[in-house]
Amino acid sequence: MATEQLKLRELAKKEVLITSGHRLCAGCGAPIIAKMVLLAAADYPVVACSPTGCLEVSTCISDYTAWKVPWIHSAFENAGATLSGVETMYRALKKKGKIDKEVKFIAIGGDGGTYDIGLQSLSGAMERGHDLLYVCYDNGAYMNTGIQRSSATPLGADTTTSPAGSVIPGKLQRRKDLTRIMAAHNIPYAAQASPSHWSDFIRKVRKALSIKGPKFINVISPCNRGWRSRLDDAIQLSRLAVQTCYWPLYEVEDGVVRVTYKPREKKPIEEFLKPQGRFKHLFTPENEWIVKRFQEDVDREWERLQKEESLYT
Amino acid sequence: MSAKGWRELPPGAVILDAGNARELRTGTWRTTSRPVWEEENCSQCLLCWLYCPDMAVIVKDGKMVGIDYDYCKGCGICALECPGKKGRKAITMEEERK
Repeated sequence: MATEQLKLRELAKKEVLITSGHRLCAGCGAPIIAKMVLLAAADYPVVACSPTGCLEVSTCISDYTAWKVPWIHSAFENAGATLSGVETMYRALKKKGKIDKEVKFIAIGGDGGTYDIGLQSLSGAMERGHDLLYVCYDNGAYMNTGIQRSSATPLGADTTTSPAGSVIPGKLQRRKDLTRIMAAHNIPYAAQASPSHWSDFIRKVRKALSIKGPKFINVISPCNRGWRSRLDDAIQLSRLAVQTCYWPLYEVEDGVVRVTYKPREKKPIEEFLKPQGRFKHLFTPENEWIVKRFQEDVDREWERLQKEESLYT
Repeated sequence: MSAKGWRELPPGAVILDAGNARELRTGTWRTTSRPVWEEENCSQCLLCWLYCPDMAVIVKDGKMVGIDYDYCKGCGICALECPGKKGRKAITMEEERK
């Protein structure tokens, strides 16, 4: 693995291809992720696509666009299919000699449009082997429509459709592990990243773009409205997600698992949960078991990842 | 602006002016506080530029030169993440002047 030193000063010379003036909330994680993806892809002509979601509605309110790359708004369920079609047409045009540029295709969708509603079209695109990269910014609920639970919502989280109260203590189910589901498609590259660990993230995007075929990167995207956290802690929370191993940074390249960041000291999950209002009801004696189970889930998954990695080293 | 009728829209409602969202000055969203940059405490790490969700940190020739208040929504990520120099932050949040 090449360990090229990424320099922000060099990166800052590139034009940021998503502009100011988008209407995402103050302190949102999604535009930071979109910016990093586009910076990582700056050496290529890019065609982007977003399914319905916060990023899509807020970057493209009628007549205005924050995108400086050709970008398509597909419907909620079909970013995978839409970009598959565009990529197929590109290949056809290339074959006919009508286009000779090396274009990269990138979809950026939220967890609602990726884990739930867009899963079938994403799965299809991956299985058919289209040459595209799908980046999911996972904020763990349908934030755009008012914080409804999704299959990415973590256990115990308070959302408007899993309201914590006397009946239930927030969401009763665990979150779906989409990165593993994508890796199970036997695609050449699947990874998990965080904006707090930007050079790891940018390196993963670059690596993905250098590989032919379908690629998937899942990125944690803090949402202060939905997570009920401070306006300024998007990066801080994504860092805590990594340090507690709630969001391990790893990649699966041709089936080979590699953990790309190992925290020197694994922090207890409470450090990630406590700053978020969506988990505040968990810190009562009657809900202690949820925190315990949460920690057990994180531990088990971290253990599994390391064991899987050891199979290949 | 008044909404365009369907006859005035390009086919497919395609937006031809890439990045025209910059016409919308989201800096008016700031309510309580604004980031203030102190050059002498700045180590030019550019993390503020990288982490700003609103592309409101102005970088020229690889150097941070200021904050674009036309677009800054005042979230404060830049101030929280600023490592500063010698224990002093280069970006701090100050009360928004009305």
